[in-house]
Amino acid sequence: MASPQPRIGVLRFPGACDDRDALWALSALDAEAVFVWHTETQLPDLDAIVLPGGFSYGDYLRCGAIARFAPAMEAVAAFAAEGGLVLGICNGFQILCEAGLLPGVLRRNESLSFVCRDVPLVVERTDTPFTSRCAEGERLTIPVKHGEGCWFADDALYDEIETSRQIVLRYAEPVNGSRNDVAGVVNERGNVMGLMPHPEHAVDPLLGSADGALILSSLVEAARDRILAGV
Amino acid sequence: MKATILVRPKHGILDPQGQAVESSLRQLGFAVGEARVGRVVDLEVESNDPAGARAEVERMCEQLLANPLIESYEIELAEMPDG
Repeated sequence: MASPQPRIGVLRFPGACDDRDALWALSALDAEAVFVWHTETQLPDLDAIVLPGGFSYGDYLRCGAIARFAPAMEAVAAFAAEGGLVLGICNGFQILCEAGLLPGVLRRNESLSFVCRDVPLVVERTDTPFTSRCAEGERLTIPVKHGEGCWFADDALYDEIETSRQIVLRYAEPVNGSRNDVAGVVNERGNVMGLMPHPEHAVDPLLGSADGALILSSLVEAARDRILAGV
Repeated sequence: MKATILVRPKHGILDPQGQAVESSLRQLGFAVGEARVGRVVDLEVESNDPAGARAEVERMCEQLLANPLIESYEIELAEMPDG
């Protein structure tokens, strides 16, 4: 039996800038990637959706604070509630946090400087739909480019998500002042993930690293599994 | 009514912007203690009833204007200048 090609949406907000890279990377990893416009109130038939990086609504007020009220976000929340796979990258991560789909919040980098470079990451969990192709403790090199990537949770929230193993990726060195070097988290159910590094910029060795493909191809594979499982 | 909303980084939350302002002021020779940087939102609300207006602005703060994880807010209400 031919393996089915999963259909993965890339949600476009005004001010997004990594939407085309995300679309390209997912296509290169054998998904059928389609754009979804932010004004849509219903998602097309999708096996997963990616919220790409960028500066939605000019980052006004707080990053992601305005985008979370986009009509499509209600559909994304409903999709997530049904167990649909949702991946937020950079600005997408900020939006998912503001929307309450992921724990914590992204703040100005501690240095107040924009940081744009390859960073080393450590994989903390491999039993998620986003990291199944990684090895536990594996070090990945994936670029970041953000001014507001300092993830924060207060003591109570941090203890809670550490206990429930929601931290998936950590920086292997200080990058932006993130609490305990958190770089990526999942929701409790494990079907929604956000991360500040950009896997879509690291899917070809020509670009310095192909480690991002491990994350995105995990997602493609998990989306394919959902089709095979008849979800 | 006119509402002024002051949004501040919560107590105990690191405020690198405030720290940068503080050290710049010191470099200018001002003797200052801790500086914290927040944000001001000036709003006109249709309601003329102070209690109703306050409740409405509080809902705005909870839903959009402040992120309760990291920010606290304070609401000041005043009559519109032209009544």
